[in-house]
Amino acid sequence: MEKGRSYTLKVWRQKNAASRGEFKTYQVNDVSSGSSFLEMLDILNEELTKKGEDPIHFDHDCREGICGTCSLFINGRPHGPEEEITVCQLHMRTFQDGQTITIEPWRARAFPVIKDLVVDRSAFDRIIQAGGFISVNTGAAPDANAIPIARENAEVAMDAAACIGCGACVAACKNASAMLFVAAKISQLAMLPQGKVERKRRAQKMVEQMDKEGFGSCTNTYACSAECPKGIEFTHIARLNREYLTSKFTS
Amino acid sequence: MSWFTETFTSSIGRKLLMSLTGIFLIMFLVIHLLGNLAVFKEDGGEAFNAYSAFMSTNVLIKSVSYVLYLSILAHSVIAAWLWISNKKARPAGYAVSNANENSTWASRSMMLLGSLVLIFIVIHLKDFWWQFKMGGTTDFEIDTLGNKNLYALVAAQFKSSATLVIYLIGLIALAIHLWHGFQSAFQTLGIEHERYTPAIRFLGKLYAVFIPAGFAAMPVYIFFFK
Amino acid sequence: MVFDSKIPEGPLAEKWTKHKFNLKLVNPANKRKYDIIVVGTGLAGASAAASFGEMGYNVKAFFYQDSARRAHSIAAQGGINAAKNYPNDNDSIFRLFYDTIKGGDYRSREANVYRLAEVSNNIIDQCVAQGVPFAREYGGLLDNRSFGGAQVSRTFYARGQTGQQLLLGAYSALSRQVAAGKVKLYKRTEMLNLVLVEGKARGIVARNLITGKIESHSAHAVVLATGGYGNVFFLATYAMGCNGSAVWRAHKKGALFANPCFTQIHPTCIPVHGDQQSKLTLMSESLRNDGRVWVPKEKSTVEKIRKKEIQPNDVPEDERDYYLERIYPSFGNLVPRDVASRNAKNVCDEGRGVGETGLAVYLDFRDAIKQFGIDVIKAKYGNLFQMYEKITADNPYNTPMMIYPAIHYTMGGLWVDYNLMTNIPGLYATGECNFSDHGANRLGASALMQGLADGYFIIPYTIGDYLAGMPYDKVPEDHPEFKKSEEEVKHRINKLLNINGNRTVDEFHKELGRILWENCGMARNETGLKEAKKEIRELREAYWKDVKVLGINEELNMTLEKALRVADFMELGEVMIDDALDRRESCGGHFREESQTEEGEAKRNDEHFSYVSVWEYKGDNKPEVLHKENLKFENVKLTQRSYK
Repeated sequence: MEKGRSYTLKVWRQKNAASRGEFKTYQVNDVSSGSSFLEMLDILNEELTKKGEDPIHFDHDCREGICGTCSLFINGRPHGPEEEITVCQLHMRTFQDGQTITIEPWRARAFPVIKDLVVDRSAFDRIIQAGGFISVNTGAAPDANAIPIARENAEVAMDAAACIGCGACVAACKNASAMLFVAAKISQLAMLPQGKVERKRRAQKMVEQMDKEGFGSCTNTYACSAECPKGIEFTHIARLNREYLTSKFTS
Repeated sequence: MSWFTETFTSSIGRKLLMSLTGIFLIMFLVIHLLGNLAVFKEDGGEAFNAYSAFMSTNVLIKSVSYVLYLSILAHSVIAAWLWISNKKARPAGYAVSNANENSTWASRSMMLLGSLVLIFIVIHLKDFWWQFKMGGTTDFEIDTLGNKNLYALVAAQFKSSATLVIYLIGLIALAIHLWHGFQSAFQTLGIEHERYTPAIRFLGKLYAVFIPAGFAAMPVYIFFFK
Repeated sequence: MVFDSKIPEGPLAEKWTKHKFNLKLVNPANKRKYDIIVVGTGLAGASAAASFGEMGYNVKAFFYQDSARRAHSIAAQGGINAAKNYPNDNDSIFRLFYDTIKGGDYRSREANVYRLAEVSNNIIDQCVAQGVPFAREYGGLLDNRSFGGAQVSRTFYARGQTGQQLLLGAYSALSRQVAAGKVKLYKRTEMLNLVLVEGKARGIVARNLITGKIESHSAHAVVLATGGYGNVFFLATYAMGCNGSAVWRAHKKGALFANPCFTQIHPTCIPVHGDQQSKLTLMSESLRNDGRVWVPKEKSTVEKIRKKEIQPNDVPEDERDYYLERIYPSFGNLVPRDVASRNAKNVCDEGRGVGETGLAVYLDFRDAIKQFGIDVIKAKYGNLFQMYEKITADNPYNTPMMIYPAIHYTMGGLWVDYNLMTNIPGLYATGECNFSDHGANRLGASALMQGLADGYFIIPYTIGDYLAGMPYDKVPEDHPEFKKSEEEVKHRINKLLNINGNRTVDEFHKELGRILWENCGMARNETGLKEAKKEIRELREAYWKDVKVLGINEELNMTLEKALRVADFMELGEVMIDDALDRRESCGGHFREESQTEEGEAKRNDEHFSYVSVWEYKGDNKPEVLHKENLKFENVKLTQRSYK
């Protein structure tokens, strides 16, 4: 493991939602190539704190790529240059010693900046609340094996269910569209017999909420899938379109 | 909101209209190209003029042509509408964007390409349609079969190098537009299948190359070989 | 101090049924007159909040994350146990109960554990109905695997993301109740104090993490589902924000804390790479099903590998020590977590540990790949191998993985009775933050089971029994008790912000972690523990004099958030040590070096320590007082665990 690496960071600093932000440049030294990107920011923050400067605020929690909290736009790409990972899984060995790295928050009207690199993604929660569930009360379920589900369908459902709700799809999309996020949930539930009962209502409600939140529409650039840390495919968007249009024209 | 407005003002509803008009325009291009191939017939334009006359008099064709005008209009207006709402969805952009790593230039430039194609269509309509059907500024001769000699106008126009350049730019923009747009239309319709989607994508790419190339062949043929 | 575990009389298998019948009910029309606060939206919290909402109660759910979907239950990989017996391999409720009691080294309550096993099947039904995409056979029915050394295949799983899928299921149920107006979510809001009115839990004081506003919230009952306190060790597999503050604040208001020294160490984590590390990453224990654990027999071989003179694959078979297979021929690599962890420590202490730090052992898939083919291994563990490669840049298909134990779970937590209520009336604790079901060691795939059992199928019944006796009146949020609690919180915050010392919060946290890991980690002894107690006290004093917390309260201030959490960890750590000192036996995750067999195995002392240690807070800088809840075993025979 190589130690003593240095990086120049250009970081978006913004005091709060109301203030104007700007880029600030920082030098961070003595980083090990085995450190994760967030550990590199921790090192910088420790230094800033010691100097009496406000540390850089960024969202993070599980640091193992599953909670979906971390959300940095690094050198022009959500979650940085590597495929199918979140920022917390990005390691400094990916960057050359001495490299300049630009770090920005997710940018979308629906994801307003709260502070520095922290954004508000409650819009995603409201979309799920609009219909991203199966209406079953606790205790009302039949035996788990009462309804067999073709393995292929369960697998497709699982592919879609892997979504961690990080918002990289929105960040990557030139239209800040949330179609992949919405598609992942609709697709998961549409593939399962339990979810089919409410599929029409679900598709309409979730798309309606998505539009209301101010996300853009889908231009099928597929940037979302390319940047999705869980590799969720844009074929699910086709299924969302199908679900929505069939529900509209048959209800 | 009524079912109708709710459906067709939603983001997916508007995309549906883009897709349907797009597919209609794609089909039109095939018919348009096939008919125009008469240009290549070495008969002084008789076949081409006869075809033009048929196209402007047949009742069925005429009514379809209104659908065509409407499609072009709708495709453009809804595109602009979507473009504006998409811009609003990201009021502050990124300082550094590395979008080539995740998407093709064509897919991100549909508005630019579409605008070029629209400008081209306007010029193209002014050059021929307006002259031929709306009176325009040209006094048409009557060919040996008794049809207006549109061919003469076409041949004269395409002898201009300015026209040639404009047509080539327009058709290249169209090719790139279709390169993304063809499969995109099917994705929006939700037509997706492990086996058939790759075929649609392949067909789309063939189409995007050969149809504009076919159109480009006409001005090029007349400019260089007539 | 009087505390009654309220374990119902009667035969084990009938206790819960009988107890449920005896619980008081709240009339459906009256449920909407009661407010319940739920703190935490992991499996235990989200499932409880959703269920309460469905029943008609008004629920306020609090969580520090930006979305209820992000709680750390999401990181559980392996699976969830249930006694369905779908594979027809002679599993049963009693067997799941028995395994859990035995796995917990006989330091949990029979009645609670039996109930857990009893409701385990309902959980699977519920989750499938919610759309959780569990792995399936080609016939369309659910697949099971054997996990964590269980002799039956009772673990349901969704690839390597079972926790995520179960949490998203609970989150979707919760979202449905939000839409129905029955649950109100308070995101980025952290509970900083518990409010008691006339001895009953009547609300909380919380800080809005974005605005810094200190808010009071009143309710008829408070449910804590705030997870474990393993981050007291600094390096752990917990999410960065996981903390013990809610339970610690409750403890300081009188809630008893049980078995604080019972912490679980998970054997298959990615080893520490250096001092810049902020957290540890766990890899599913399922890897031990096919991977073989070994270190070189000779130290000289270790040196050669470290100098890169040879590769691990070059070490010939007869120079490898597959120590788990050697010491435990019948269980081999599948011994329980505590045993696997301690043995890894032993070989590393002998100087045979591998990797740059010498704190790692190999987990080798060479033989499994040879036997089953690379495709089978890829299908089973592909995502785990990929994760490992991303973190370490080593490819486990070509070279053995390196693993080392890390803090993973805390079995200890708030003391609760059979109804999951603490000794404070109206204060409940569910999931990892209570102590109730796992004794001294938790079995794999049981944490998800307990979180959901508590939230879906236990507390929705038991809370009614309490509420039925409560008046509908709400305590106003400007009640003097709320104001007093708010002042306490504000005072602490101001104090931290005004120290303006020289050392960062993380520096203190790392030091606290080091003290605990070295003295109260995988092996503990009296001398070390006493030394650690002294060190922690000194550290705590230094903290309140020299910590540097920048900024103000009225903004998003992550340093302040962390400073408050670490301040509580400093106090909690000391009780862990008190408890570890008191328990002069080895059991489960707690290994006292003074209590081991000649072969170095853990030696339990049932005669003197068959109790739950229940600690009572007596005031700042006063020693905590130990109470004992004696454990009665009527249905299982206590044996020394043997995995030989």
